[in-house]
Order: sequence, then structure tokens, then C-alpha cells
Amino acid sequence: MDTLLNISQLSVKFPTRFGEFTALDNIDLSVAAGEIHGLVGESGAGKSTVGAAIMGLLQSPGYIASGDINFMGEQLGSLSAEQYHAIRGQRISMIFQDPQTSLNPLLRVSEQLIETIRQHSDVSHAQARDRAISLLEETGIRDVEQRMDEYPHQFSGGMRQRVVIALALCSDPELIIADEPTTALDVSVQKQILALIRALCTTRNIGIILITHDIGVINEITDRVTVLRSGRVIESGPTAQVLGNPSDEYTKALMAAVPRLDKRLDRFRNIVSDDILTKENTSWVVEGASSKLASDWLLQDHQFDTQEPDDNRQSILSVTDLAVTFYSGQPGWFKRDPGFKAISDINFTMRSGQVLGVVGESGSGKSTLAKAVVGLVDPSHGEMIFKSAVLPPGSRRARTHPARRQIQMVFQDPYSSLNNRQKVEDIIAEPIRFYKMASDNKKIRQLVASVLELVEMPQSAMLKYPHQFSGGQRQRIAVARALVARPEFLICDEPTSALDVSIQAQILNLLKDLQQTFGLSILFISHNLAVIRQISDSVLVLRNGALVESAQTEQFFSAPKHEYSQMLLRETPSLAMLQKQL
Amino acid sequence: MLNFILRRLLQSVFVMLAVSLIAFSLFRFVGDPVAQMVGQETSIEDQENLRERLGLNDPLITQYGRFVGNLVQGEFGFSYRTRQPVSEMILNRMPATLELGLVSLLISLLVGIPAGIYTAIKRGGVLSNVLLISTLIGISVPTFVIGIFLIYLFGVELGWLPTFGRGQTVQIGWWQTSFLTWDGLKSLLLPAITLGIYQLTLTMRLVRAEMQDVLKTDFIKFATARGINYRSLYFNHAFRNTLVPVITIIGLQLGGIIAFSIVTESVFQWPGMGLLFLDSIRYVDIPVMSVYLVLIALMFVVINLFVDMLYFAIDPRVRLKSAHG
Repeated sequence: MDTLLNISQLSVKFPTRFGEFTALDNIDLSVAAGEIHGLVGESGAGKSTVGAAIMGLLQSPGYIASGDINFMGEQLGSLSAEQYHAIRGQRISMIFQDPQTSLNPLLRVSEQLIETIRQHSDVSHAQARDRAISLLEETGIRDVEQRMDEYPHQFSGGMRQRVVIALALCSDPELIIADEPTTALDVSVQKQILALIRALCTTRNIGIILITHDIGVINEITDRVTVLRSGRVIESGPTAQVLGNPSDEYTKALMAAVPRLDKRLDRFRNIVSDDILTKENTSWVVEGASSKLASDWLLQDHQFDTQEPDDNRQSILSVTDLAVTFYSGQPGWFKRDPGFKAISDINFTMRSGQVLGVVGESGSGKSTLAKAVVGLVDPSHGEMIFKSAVLPPGSRRARTHPARRQIQMVFQDPYSSLNNRQKVEDIIAEPIRFYKMASDNKKIRQLVASVLELVEMPQSAMLKYPHQFSGGQRQRIAVARALVARPEFLICDEPTSALDVSIQAQILNLLKDLQQTFGLSILFISHNLAVIRQISDSVLVLRNGALVESAQTEQFFSAPKHEYSQMLLRETPSLAMLQKQL
Repeated sequence: MLNFILRRLLQSVFVMLAVSLIAFSLFRFVGDPVAQMVGQETSIEDQENLRERLGLNDPLITQYGRFVGNLVQGEFGFSYRTRQPVSEMILNRMPATLELGLVSLLISLLVGIPAGIYTAIKRGGVLSNVLLISTLIGISVPTFVIGIFLIYLFGVELGWLPTFGRGQTVQIGWWQTSFLTWDGLKSLLLPAITLGIYQLTLTMRLVRAEMQDVLKTDFIKFATARGINYRSLYFNHAFRNTLVPVITIIGLQLGGIIAFSIVTESVFQWPGMGLLFLDSIRYVDIPVMSVYLVLIALMFVVINLFVDMLYFAIDPRVRLKSAHG
């Protein structure tokens, strides 16, 4: 196969106030026509910077410090700004991550396609339209003639990503850079989009660079793969070889940290755990604070026997016929708004000390369920029993209601769930003060320091602000904030989906440990079946607001009953190549 | 969409009723209307007769109903000061103010939008900084100072432009326009610039801020990666997406320009509604003041309704939402 793109010794630097930051450090990479080359790595590895450097769209003030990008015999670095812009779209195209935001919301799909086609070739409007139709058909959109004059918001996520791909194909490019093309999509759609990319690559003989953090995706469709870490190439080679028989320690650890669909692990291997503790100052401590103090505090009025068999445990939460309906902003005058049923007819019972995994695609009502329990939205129908007492709906649940303290929540995005204007100490102390669990300032301080230690953070973290921490550390702080209220019931809404796999592994380990030590009951929401398998005792599957299947975890993964569950399991990218490693 | 407009119209009716209530209480309770109308030597009996004849002894609700009824029929009463019908006085003055407002709006849009786009694209460029700093001066110096400065420079020192009044005007029906004579246009220039400079700065800064946000979005990055030419990228793709917030603010500002052109009209002795309002305040001419109040409120309501309808034209997502809702 011909080499399409050859990158040699490429370095990209970003000048900052504190000296130069090297985003890419002497990268080598080559892509052949008809080949999908995967770039994999965690956040900060420099994957997207590679794509931006090839497109000549590095975010200012970043610049190429050294090295060449050779595209079909042409040195891209030597092109003038106009020549470069002429190559974009014409010969090299890009597919972006989020189809919700990568299409102009004010222009019809047909306008965007026709403009792009006419930009690159001298054809009439009608010819361009014909070509747009055939491109949309090629990417698998039905009823093209009618649908192409609609606006992007009238298409579903998967359909939009097909439109994005059609746009990238407008001028028959030789190379496509796909930056996380399926990350924002549900698994079933992801499978279709990946198949489409593969098909286009083969039939049109296009070279594709596929940037992703998802090992499953790499495994599914790439021919070759390059593993990046902190701007350096760790390992590169044919996918089967790199994933199946990695030679570098980091790659091995990365593979081990990926939750497996086919296997439940007790603990994950830690790749970066040492970094956290060595970088932080561990010598600063609050007098009398220790993780022992925190565990005693948490177990104080909460007798829990881990030895007791599951069946004897009491039910902690039971939900009957629960439904939540949302009404659009303004009520109509003439007709009653039927509303949107986010969830309906939900029934389940959770036993104390268990982890219940809730899984479903976007829009299935997972988060709505969590919000109804925690009291952020009011159910329109049904009953919730918490610890053998009726749990009132959020708007009628008094501030002093015991469930307010006993049910705590950990949110998905640790970047927006912590108040950036408060110190970590104040963030964690707030529940203690609010629920009046201690009033002595010295005692509160001790507790804050101890609970930080419990979530494996240095005590000195309490002196800083949230923005000084990484995503994983922030999520630990969020867990600490939830724990310090001494909850019996924890709701985790996608707690790891904003995190890298290695960090995800750490947080899952932490949650497992805490759950076992303190006998917490956890409602664990995730779109990721593999994660659910690792942590939960039983599983609920939601689809379009309805309960599809409810089963014990092991039973569910070995023999799912419902068709939809089977489909979900089938479509999740497998890691079959990793099989022999473990 | 029809549903939406009907709902908006109904809301507007309530707003207008509230404003007319204020105008009514202004008319009825700020001073005694009868005492304002009659001379000092009018006997008490005559005053009582007049009071009875004007219906000022009727229950308040009846009086308010009559007040609103008259307003709706365009009967605005008589001025205490000139004894002319208020409607005639306002109609005489309205063209001057509307023309002044329109021209200053045009100036602010024609300069402000391109300048906003330019400063957003060429961030940190020399011309961008000059524009930003000079308009900052424009916004922080009070209107009357700018007006006086312009009069001094172009009227007194250079002698290019007239410094007061509308100059020659042409009568078209009841509308007196200064658009059709050279003298009228020249007279219009200075007050329009004075009035428009604040709006210009606001428009420019708003467009700039919105453009900068839009230029960071994925769809602009994607369009760049598709090699769309920069002209279409900036104007068709990016600028269109800034329009919703921009027209909201411009709409509100247009109302403000017309309603509060008082200072400018006074500096340039512009014979518009603002000057009329100022005179009315000076002579406690309550009927003129209350009608002015109602008319300005009506103008705001109409502009807002118009802006809401523009949303439909600009953003397809609004259209869809209202079709469902």
C-alpha cells in the first residue's frame, strides 16, 4: 500500500507563562491509503494535537517546533496559508466528536453540503445537489430527497454523525482525521458508524486516522495503532500485536485498566496511583486526623454486618409504579399538554448494602430516576419507600427530612459539581455543618482531613481550590463530600464517564472499597455495561423510560433475557484480542 | 407561530393597560386638573360645573374606563399649555424624532456590526485596539458633551454643518421629512451621530463578544477543516449565529433611542417629541406627558413583538419548538 501521510520527528510546543509546554515530542507516524490508523491515549496524551497539526489548525499560540509532515510527497509545513486552506476539506478532511455541535444549527443540511462541494469543485448548484444526495445515501441516510432540506436539529445523533461524515467526504479526500467520532454516541449507533467508516475506508481507499480513548473502538476497526502518552509514542504497530501482545509496561497497564464485559475483577491495576501521592505534600496533617477516625465516624450509628447473607438483608429502597412526566415550559391554553414521559412504570426493590446498576442509552431515563429518588424532580405517579417509610417527592421533602442526609449523590462531571469559589475544606465541611453533625470547629477540621485520607487524598488538599486538582482527584473530593454526611444510600450518576480509564479504575476501586467497608447501598448509573459488570450486584436495564429487564448481574451477563439487553451486549465493542492476557 | 403571536399580543394588552393606569393616575392625581385649566378669577361654582361636565366626580373606575376608551379612539385630549389637541401636537413632532432615531440606528448598525466582526477576527490588531479604545471614550463621555463638542468642531470651527433645528423640510401629507433636501440631511447628521454613538459602541462590543464565542464552536472548526472560504465562514456561518442576542439588544436600544432622545434634541434644538416632552414637564402639561408615556410604552411593546417574530425568521430551532409547544 502507498504511504499517504508520513510524520517524522514532529514536535509541537505551546509557549506559556511558565516556559514552553511540549505537547508532542518527536512523534513518528505513517498512514497508508485504505488503512485505519488508531491513535489511542488518555487525556493530555496529545492525540488531538496530532490531528490539529496535520490540519494546520493548531490552537494559537501552539506551533510546530521541529519535524516534518509529509502528505503524498508534499511538505505541509512549507505551504502558505492560502495553499494550506485549499488542502483542507479538499484532500484532508476531519470528523469531529460531537455531532450535536459540529453542524451549523442555522443552515439546512443541504446548504452545508452544497456549499462545501462547490467550494472544492466548479459545479453548478444542481450538480452539487445531486452529489450531496448520493453522498448522504452512501452514508446510509434514508429518504434523502426530503430530509436533506431539514435542519441539523431535526436529525438524531447517529444521523447527524452520518451527515458529518458525508460533509467530510464532499471532495473525495485522501485522508480523513476522525477525532473521537463515536464517543458521543450510544453503543448501538457507535457500531453502525464504525462499520460505515470501515466501509468507506475500503471502498474509497481513504487513509483514516482514528483518534480515540476507547480501547474497544481501537480493537474493533483499526489496522494499526499508536499508543501515546504525554506527547510521546509509547508503542506502535499492527493492532492485533499491540493489543494482544503489548511490549510496553504502560500499554499493558492500560489494557488491564479497561473494564471487561466478559469478566468481573475484584480490583483494577493502578497505573498512575503513585503520581498523586508523590506530587502532593503529605507532610501537612491536621492533628488527630486519620482515616481510622473517618471510618469510625462513618460507622458510628450504623451497625452493619458484612457477613449476613444477601437474602436476609432488609429492603432499603423500593419503588412502585414510578413515573416522571415533564411538561414543556408554557402550558397551552386550549389543549392539555400531554407532556413527555421520561420514565414510567418503574418497579424495583434494593436490599441494604447492595449495588444496583442502572444501564441504558441516552434518553432512557437513567438520570431522571436518580433525580426522582434524590428529590431533584417530582414523580408524577408512584411511590418510593425508603427504609420502610414513604419517601415524599422532592418539593415536599423537608430540609430536615432524614432522607436528605441519608441519600447522597455523586455527579458525572467533577468539573462542574464542585464550587470553584470554595476551598475543598469548605466544600467538605458544608454537609457536616448543614446537618449539624458537629459544631466544634476543631472537630470539623479533623473530620474533613480524615475523610480526605479515607478517599486516598493527602490531607493538605483541604487547603486548595477544586481547580487545582485533576478530574480523578476532583471526583474523589466529590465522593468525600457525599460520604461525610454519613449516607446509607449513595447515588452515583455516571461517576466515571468523564474520566480516563486509568482514573476510572481508581475511582471504581475506591467505590468498591467504601461500599464493602461501610455497607453502603449504591444506585450506580452508567451507559457502560462493562463498568456495570465490575461494580453491581444486580442490574436494571432502561429503554425510553421503561424498565426492560431486571436481573442479578452474573445472570444478566451470562444469559440476558430481553432482546434489547442482548443487543446492547452484542454491540458493545469487545476486547476479544485481550483475552489471552488475563 | 400564530398561537405564539396571539399570546404575545395578549401580554402586550396587559402591559398597555398597566401603563395607561399609570398615565391615568398621573393625569388625575398630580395636581387638580380643573385648577390647571382655569384662570385664577374663575368662581368656585364655575369650577364645580366644569368638574361635573368633565366627569371628574364620577367613580374612578368609570373615569379610567373613559380615559382608556378615549386613548383607543385616538382622542388624547387638549394640552393645558397651548389649548391644541395633544394628538396634533404629537403628530407634528413625531416625524422629526422617528427620522432622527432611524438614522442614528442605521449609523450604529452600519458601523457597529462590521467593526464588531472585524475586532473579533483580528484580535489584538492595531486597528482593533484603536476601535475598541475610541469607542470606549464614546461610551463613557456623556451625550451632551459629545453633542457640544461636535457642534464646536463641525459647526463653529469648520462651519460645515448646521448646529440646530431640522433645516429645510418637505411636507408629505402630515409627515414632515428632512430626507428630501440637502439642508435637511446636513442638519440631521450631527444629532444622529450624537444619539447613535452609544448604540454603536454597544452593538460593536456585543457583536464582538458573540462572534468570539461562536468562532470557538465546533461547527466553525469543522467548517474551517472543510476548507470553506473565510468570507462565508465569518459572515454566513459565524455572524448569523450571533444574530439572536444582537437583535434582542438592538431592539431594546431602538426603543431607548427614540424614547430618550430628549438630551440630544435639547442640545440641537431638534423639534421632536423629546423637546415637546421637556417643554411639557416645564409647564406641567399633564395631558401631553401622559399621552407621551402611553405612546412610548406602545412603541416598546411593538418593537419587542417584532423582535420576537424575527427570532422565527432567524433560528429554525425556535420555529420547531413553537410548532410542538
